[in-house]
Amino acid sequence: MELDAAKMIGAGLAVIGLSGVGVGIGNIFSSLIGSIARNPATRPQIFPMAMLGFALVEAVALYALLISFLILFT
Amino acid sequence: MAGPIEQFEIHPIIPIRIGELDLSFTNSALWMVIATGVATICLTVGARRRAMVPGRLQLMAELAYEFIANMIRDNVGDAGRRYFPYIFTLFMFILFGNLLGLIPGSFTYTSHIIVTAALAVTVIIAVTGIGIAKHGLHFFSLFVPSGVPALMMPLMIPIEIISYLSRPVSLSIRLFANMMAGHTMIKVFAGFVVPLGAATLGFGGLAPITVNVALTGFELLVAFLQAYVFTVLTCLYLNDALHLH
Repeated sequence: MELDAAKMIGAGLAVIGLSGVGVGIGNIFSSLIGSIARNPATRPQIFPMAMLGFALVEAVALYALLISFLILFT
Repeated sequence: MAGPIEQFEIHPIIPIRIGELDLSFTNSALWMVIATGVATICLTVGARRRAMVPGRLQLMAELAYEFIANMIRDNVGDAGRRYFPYIFTLFMFILFGNLLGLIPGSFTYTSHIIVTAALAVTVIIAVTGIGIAKHGLHFFSLFVPSGVPALMMPLMIPIEIISYLSRPVSLSIRLFANMMAGHTMIKVFAGFVVPLGAATLGFGGLAPITVNVALTGFELLVAFLQAYVFTVLTCLYLNDALHLH
């Protein structure tokens, strides 16, 4: 029983990393909106970069999720 | 009811055994064949008529071609044009695997780390081979960062080598984790529908269904985005190998 409880707590702790990811994604899109508002003409060049950054940051979230799944299901 | 993880189970469809080696034709292999077949049919039928005003299929084939051609031109330059077939195949294979995996009841082969790891390791070996073939031993100057004082070199070179070796790991884990987490999330919300509906005379079940519709849309975006990220990073690694710094 104690091991199960520890697993649950550990899986919960593993996804604390998501707070950083939230900050990161918010940062990316706030800069994207800011730069498009300043210079709308650069949108075609900036948007793919923002999407790439978004995907890379989101991957970090999924690493955390993966660790918590590993803790829960193995 | 099936749990959220059971959708990733591999079962043999045509069992083939050679001694100790299990070479069964599995559902994963079946969906790889389907994805390759669908991509091939779409592209060959799309490229057949070559009309001045393209139809839907031809437009799709042209968009896919131009998308990858532009990506290679922007990230690698003219030297990368030779590698277009490989990068295009890679993109199509991952994209169709991700998209076909979203069909309910199908199997997402990109959600298995062995598939993505094989793709990523192939990319890294190919890129390293191309770099060594082009630059010879000069290729290893890739691991020597420029503009760093000589005193820092014993620290920087191992870091560069480790970061180079961790590329296939991050490349494969990113794709696999995205696919697996997304599909698990859809299944978790789908699992809420019946219990919540039973508890609240059916109305409560609407909320998770709504979330699932939105999630499926999001997963369509992620499916495309991850195929894009995988190929863009392949282009960047190729650029590193072709032009060093």
